[in-house]
Amino acid sequence: MKDMNEGYLTADGRQIGGVVMELKDITLRFGGLTAIEKISFDIRDGEIRAIIGPNGAGKSSMLNVISGFYVPSDGEVWFKGVRRGPMKPYEIARLGIARTFQNIALFDGMSVLDNIMTGRLTHMKKGLIAQAGWWFTGAAREEYENREKVERIIDFLEIQNIRKTPVGRLPYGLKKRVELARALAAEPKILLLDEPMAGMNVEEKEDMCRFVLDLNDEFGTTIVLIEHDMGVVMDLSDRVVVMDYGKKIGDGAPDEVRNNQAVVDAYLGVAHD
Amino acid sequence: MFYREAGDFKSSYQEDSQTFPIKFDRLRYYGVLIVAFGIVPLFINDYWASAVAVPFLIYAIAAIGLNILVGYAGLVSLGTGGFMAVGAYSVYKLMTAFPDISIFVHVILAGVVTAAVGVLFGLPSLRIKGFYLAVATLAAQFFLVWLFNKVPWFYNYSASGQITAPERTVFSVFVTGAQTSATAKYMFCLVILTLVALVARNLTRGTVGRKWMAIRDMDIAAEIIGVNPLTTKLSAFAVSSFFIGIAGALFFSVYLGAAEVGEAFGIQKSFLILFMVIIGGLGSIFGSFAGAAFLVLLPVFLKNVLVGALGWPTDLAAHIELMIVGGLIVVFLIAEPHGLAQLWRVAKEKLRLWPFPY
Ligand SMILES: Nc1ncnc2c1ncn2[C@@H]1O[C@H](COP(=O)(O)OP(=O)(O)O)[C@@H](O)[C@H]1O
Ligand SMILES: [Mg+2]
Repeated sequence: MKDMNEGYLTADGRQIGGVVMELKDITLRFGGLTAIEKISFDIRDGEIRAIIGPNGAGKSSMLNVISGFYVPSDGEVWFKGVRRGPMKPYEIARLGIARTFQNIALFDGMSVLDNIMTGRLTHMKKGLIAQAGWWFTGAAREEYENREKVERIIDFLEIQNIRKTPVGRLPYGLKKRVELARALAAEPKILLLDEPMAGMNVEEKEDMCRFVLDLNDEFGTTIVLIEHDMGVVMDLSDRVVVMDYGKKIGDGAPDEVRNNQAVVDAYLGVAHD
Repeated sequence: MFYREAGDFKSSYQEDSQTFPIKFDRLRYYGVLIVAFGIVPLFINDYWASAVAVPFLIYAIAAIGLNILVGYAGLVSLGTGGFMAVGAYSVYKLMTAFPDISIFVHVILAGVVTAAVGVLFGLPSLRIKGFYLAVATLAAQFFLVWLFNKVPWFYNYSASGQITAPERTVFSVFVTGAQTSATAKYMFCLVILTLVALVARNLTRGTVGRKWMAIRDMDIAAEIIGVNPLTTKLSAFAVSSFFIGIAGALFFSVYLGAAEVGEAFGIQKSFLILFMVIIGGLGSIFGSFAGAAFLVLLPVFLKNVLVGALGWPTDLAAHIELMIVGGLIVVFLIAEPHGLAQLWRVAKEKLRLWPFPY
């Protein structure tokens, strides 16, 4: 049904491209604990790739490996056909990988606008001396150009009215949205979302689903998504990786995965402890 | 409604990111500049220059410098006095070694030297935070004072161990040395403070400032969005020390004229500047001005009122000053870390809504 080298056509008619990222035999250990054990999967251009699994399965750890926050004990990460050597998280950000965190990680002392502007850092080249000169060195112009991009994201996510609010004062749902805005501001090649809808009410969840679909559709952003709500996963994602106890127990289209016996067991069958 | 931002719509992002987005603020700011540059110099005399105006201008520079480190980048330093000493001894060595070059250039170069020293002593911040960093900078403070006392080369082998500023002019007007007028001292420091404040404002409103604040608020998230923590922390030390070095150079050459390092740039200086930053407001340029003004004016005010008008003994007035400062530090640290600057903002918000608070 799918030609995996050329990409594939989704049920709703979107063309998915070739492999942008490939994880090969990733293993991650914390002391004696093996959080991820020999997991391999790929991420294709333009797709929405979900990672599901019970709590403690190692999903967040997997995102941390992709974003360079954890260094895998073993295995290889390939990005755009090149094997990624050991890199600092900020170097990986500059390659075009942005993320949100399961526990929101915003800059509480800064306004919503400034938080989102930090997402543009990888695109802003003026150095310290140029910044000091501001009007005379083009730093001001760079600021306004990037501000314009950020304003478009603010419009897209419908957060115009909280632009100047310090982030620390926002309710949880809005914080999640601002964090998404900051990641989007980077115009990433791959966007990693760690439980973007956790703790949201139905309405907020619907909004968030719409944003994820829209930004994949409009900007062609490749998205890796961790989510617990199976309904959401089935609706949003093109392909799903299922993890349990650090192992991969399923990988495929949502329907295939749903009917996979190991997945059914992990989710519905035997309780874990 | 005295004060409003409703109806004051911005038509471009440029206007929106101006230093003073509200028209009224901007007018008041031009007013301050006109008074500072056009009116004060006409009336200033030796007493007001040496008791209030010149120390205020110099401390404001130092406070802006320290605020960048502490308020914006969230790093601690108790080494301000030591870094001011680096600025002072640098400008002294430069003035005596290259007498033909403008003192203005020397003051800036003294800042550059201090920036380099600041980066050196900032290296531990890449590994340690908070209390441990405070101790490391404290060590820098004592080491630097010891160094300038111990190595005669720094004070040109003078018998007293003091450094004395030679006479220098800007546009044929004396700005250092015994013949300098109050107006000249004031104007020279004012021009430099204005430049420093502009640069600080430009740095903090753009990318560099956001990197500093990102590291301050959450270093892990900062790194994930592409901030290099190493260069960001060191740039905060560099910029901060640059300003503090300039302040030290002015403090010695323009204000004191002659200095002994332990007395002029001891640990008390470090605390004084830190208190200015805390009382004025962490992470605010305006707060740096407010804190410097407050701590310069307080002793003058107490002396004039308590000793001058009420006839209290001088040492009692001095003790009261210490108690007030100590009390305020505690209050601001616990209740209002954004200091006087925040109180001012709140007052403005109240005024904006007045007379209908809801
Ligand atoms: N930094 C860490 N140090 C030690 N153990 C960790 C660390 N991060 C995750 N773990 C462990 O790895 C396992 C997987 O965690 P995690 O990736 O957060 O799971 P999930 O996101 O699927 O709920 C858990 O047992 C967790 O305790
Ligand atoms: Mg998780």
